[in-house]
Amino acid sequence: MIPAAFDYHAPTSLSEAVALLSKHGDTAKVLSGGQSLLPLLKLRLGQAGHLIDIGRIPGLEYIKEEGGMLRIGGRTRESALERSEVVRTRYPILLDTAQVIADPLVRNMATVGGNLAHGDPGNDHPATMLVLGAQVVATGPKAERVIPIDGFFVGLFTTALQPDEIVTEIRIPAPPARSGGAYVKFERKVGDYATAAAAAFVTLGASGLVERAGIALTNAGPKPVRSTAAEKLLTGRRPDAAALGEAARAAGQSATPSADRRGAADYKKEMAGVLALRALTKAVQRAGGR
Amino acid sequence: MKIDTTPEVSGMGHSMKRKEDPRFIRGKGNYVDDIQLPGMLYMDIVRSPFAHAKIKSINTEKALKIPGVLAVITGETLAKYNLHWMPTLMSDTQMVLPVEKVVYQSQEVAAVIATSRYIAADGVDAVEVDYEPLPVVVDPFKALEPGATVIRTDKKDKKDNHIFHWEVGDRAATEKAFAEAEVVVKQDCYIPRIHVASIETCGCIADFDRVNGKLTVYMTTQAPHAIRTVFALVAGHVGLSEERIRIISPDIGGGFGGKVPVYPGYVIATAASVVIGKPIKWIEDRMENLQADSFARDYWMKAELAAKKDGTITALRIKTLADHGCADAAANPSKFPAGLFSICTGSYDIKHAFAEVDGAYTNKPPGGVAYRCSFRVTEAVHMIERVTDILAQQLKMDPAELRLKNFIPKEKFPYQSALGWEYDSGDYARALKLAMERIGYPALRKEQAEKRARGELMGIGISSFTEIVGAGPSKHFDILGIKMFDSAEIRIHPTGKAIARFGTKSQGQGHETTYAQIIAEELGIPASAVQIEEGDTDTAPYGLGTYASRSTPTAGAAGAMAARKIREKAKKIAAHLLEVSPEDLVWETGKFSVRGAPQRSKTIQEIAFAAYTNHPQGMEAGLEAVCYYDPPNLTFPFGSYICVVDIDRGTGQVKIRRFMAVDDCGNIINPMIVDGQIHGGLSMGMAPALMEEISYDENGNVQGGSFMDYLVPTAMETPSWETDKTVTPSPHHPFGAKGVGESATVGAPPAIVNAVVDALSHLGVTHVEIPMTPERVWRILKEKGVAE
Ligand SMILES: Cc1cc2nc3c(=O)[nH]c(=O)nc-3n(C[C@H](O)[C@H](O)[C@H](O)COP(=O)(O)OP(=O)(O)OC[C@H]3O[C@@H](n4cnc5c(N)ncnc54)[C@H](O)[C@@H]3O)c2cc1C
Repeated sequence: MIPAAFDYHAPTSLSEAVALLSKHGDTAKVLSGGQSLLPLLKLRLGQAGHLIDIGRIPGLEYIKEEGGMLRIGGRTRESALERSEVVRTRYPILLDTAQVIADPLVRNMATVGGNLAHGDPGNDHPATMLVLGAQVVATGPKAERVIPIDGFFVGLFTTALQPDEIVTEIRIPAPPARSGGAYVKFERKVGDYATAAAAAFVTLGASGLVERAGIALTNAGPKPVRSTAAEKLLTGRRPDAAALGEAARAAGQSATPSADRRGAADYKKEMAGVLALRALTKAVQRAGGR
Repeated sequence: MKIDTTPEVSGMGHSMKRKEDPRFIRGKGNYVDDIQLPGMLYMDIVRSPFAHAKIKSINTEKALKIPGVLAVITGETLAKYNLHWMPTLMSDTQMVLPVEKVVYQSQEVAAVIATSRYIAADGVDAVEVDYEPLPVVVDPFKALEPGATVIRTDKKDKKDNHIFHWEVGDRAATEKAFAEAEVVVKQDCYIPRIHVASIETCGCIADFDRVNGKLTVYMTTQAPHAIRTVFALVAGHVGLSEERIRIISPDIGGGFGGKVPVYPGYVIATAASVVIGKPIKWIEDRMENLQADSFARDYWMKAELAAKKDGTITALRIKTLADHGCADAAANPSKFPAGLFSICTGSYDIKHAFAEVDGAYTNKPPGGVAYRCSFRVTEAVHMIERVTDILAQQLKMDPAELRLKNFIPKEKFPYQSALGWEYDSGDYARALKLAMERIGYPALRKEQAEKRARGELMGIGISSFTEIVGAGPSKHFDILGIKMFDSAEIRIHPTGKAIARFGTKSQGQGHETTYAQIIAEELGIPASAVQIEEGDTDTAPYGLGTYASRSTPTAGAAGAMAARKIREKAKKIAAHLLEVSPEDLVWETGKFSVRGAPQRSKTIQEIAFAAYTNHPQGMEAGLEAVCYYDPPNLTFPFGSYICVVDIDRGTGQVKIRRFMAVDDCGNIINPMIVDGQIHGGLSMGMAPALMEEISYDENGNVQGGSFMDYLVPTAMETPSWETDKTVTPSPHHPFGAKGVGESATVGAPPAIVNAVVDALSHLGVTHVEIPMTPERVWRILKEKGVAE
């Protein structure tokens, strides 16, 4: 549990950090909360010649609603989400998510930007961000660019980020009226990655029909899974038990999990469906329909 | 229980706060890894990625080039001193470092000595080992088939993987009882391999002083004295002699049986220190601890219970295969290869019984330690409590009723069991009835019926266990020939305070408090004024250590007996001071007074002062005593646990809603500490029932070798335990106590399994193997068509 040697850099500005990343290219890694990166290095499963610690760069930790968006600074800690009033009252799905990530010790360090940038399908934020239609703001040597979440996750541990880009903000559209979201996770014990977990977000129209639906799964494939089939099934329907059940089954079908100590593939696939139903039911309740 | 001392004195029965806690709570404990010695070097270990492989070569060149790497020790290095093999406590042998081949994954292959822990790790990375994989034996049943790959090729005439056969009981009489039985139930049951996973891993600092020829080893060991003797016996030929070996067990962060054996790391560090002449620290990391150190359990049992139609149990038969890994490195008393498994008749009056156990070698780490259980009692209790429930199910009887019908009645104690034990005391019905009353058994059964009608899954499970602890009487109990007595030495200072040293070693049990309370009870000296020391072989009297719930039954008893010797001498001094004959004195806590004239008295403090300032002519000065206590029998704690579970039909997850534990450990020294032991034990009993398991794939790769996959429950998974007690003193123990540290680990798992089976019994389910993971339970729900 001791990493191989590396060089450590602690830049105090974004431009300095980006310059260091550009300079060291593939051998450099951004160090944020360190809760995913350091275990990899300690187990010597990964190696980095240079760690660029973004912890001393001012202005990367905030949560604010502005211009019809919730803006979360790239280095915002999970524990900050847990304590945030605006998250608790306006974005309960984010609170659901933050609360089931690891344990309080990890959450004091782990960051939202890191959780997405790691590209780990086992992380909990990706599914939530997929159903919320989030945007990831990345700052590189040239400029800032906005990456829609649907194009962000490329494959196992890979994202659309360039090696010299830093996630500086996550933007989430403010929820329209009669919307509700929920994240439900099933884990072997507290602090574990999900055996199965589902995020759901619904917006109901004036007639009580589903206007927009988002359903996504954690740890259900090589990258976070958004189930458009399930979303389609639900859109325009009354969110009754039958409709939710059908959508949840479709969501389960979109899972392609692999076997590990959390369970065999068939079990995890079934669980994805079970969890999708629980998340959908809660989301609809929160949207005020039933 | 009557309390005889004031809170100031805090003898038996007081919930005195633990004397050791201020230092632990403030982070001032002194664990092996806290110790820094001048010039200390660090060791890290190269481990095998293969479960069975020939070592073709070990290239240390690159490692030795790293600045700060001083040496790489291999099997060849140790072979020069004939230290590449060592004996196990079960008279088997185990590799320290391999010369020819490795026999389990994560086995020690070489050790790097460096000037820092970091450099040592880089050194490990740079050692190049060339392996040639050999066929792997994972399944113990296949290991015993003819033609199976022989693992222990080091043993000259060994042609198979069989370690031992052990049996107990009257086979013929048992067979006859089965032939005549009206009802017979059978069940196979596997108790998986698990790990103690103590919060502190194993480690040591070996410090050989070349000038004085003295070896000091700071070591995470539960049995420092026995280790010293083993070191003297094993390394005598290289000049280590017992008077020049000092083993120090500092504070220990949990042992649970895992810190009884000698691990290769201890031996390598010691050899390296002797060769290099500097102190060498070796501390395992968590994964090394889980993957290479002693495991527990791994018992494959087949049980049969014979009974009459009215539910009277008439006979029990169990056949077991024990997977010991690549060496029998259990830490049982030497004459008991299957430990105290013969307690398997449990709390029931069973006339005929027969049990047999065979041990097998496989390509897994060596061991079979008694994880928070007095040598295979957990396995035995699990089996009998399971088949008892199966019998109830078969006869459509309530499991509580069946138990009450078959309990050994309290008038029958001391009770001779069919498998040879003399149970000291018990009142099993009282404990079960109390548990049923506390949890509201009839109301729960009613609720269950209603829930069942609605399709909800709820179960109630009972376990009425009997433990066997306090090894043990020297007639039967020894480890490598050393009898399993234990010891205490008490010295009273002139001002009436005391220091007492014991042959045991606390690892969290609270000995510094409870031993002081025993002495306070016997002598009336406040427990706060009695300093307790253990764990330094240069100062403490010889003893066999702390495991198998033996400390109170053996060393605690020794403490009381030594205190009574002191009281005898104190009586003579008091008689001298009061100018009466000793026969005219009566003792009440803390003082002797003249019979009929209670105002004429001398306190223990006055007597202690006199022992150094004004002792009678012809009497030796001082006030101290030693006792080596050889227990006449073991003690048999017992209890009844009732568990209520709800099962999530969607995920298969089992939730413990309530758990009522009624324990009886005889007279109680410190109720708070006993409660703590029960709470911890219940959590450790829940763990294997629901979560923990170490398994291997077909290539012998360990699964569950880190805390990512070895699922130790946290406070979040642990229910709020409810506890109560009955008190049935041990008739042979000096103050009527029994061991308690392990009751809950032993008693809890079958209560939880019985509850889960009970929740599913209407679907025709009669057994569920552990750990009862959500997936395992969900597959049953799916098969029975009730999954959501
Ligand atoms: C015991 C334990 C349990 C855990 N359980 C869970 C869990 O249940 N659910 C869950 O979701 N997570 C879990 N985690 C992971 C934790 O949430 C991670 O810390 C998080 O996913 C990564 O955030 P970080 O800030 O720690 O990133 P780091 O570990 O610092 O970095 C992770 C990766 O992202 C890159 N990176 C980080 N920040 C940026 C940035 N701003 N811009 C560009 N690249 C960046 C790094 O270069 C690195 O490759 C667990 C971690 C631990 C240690």
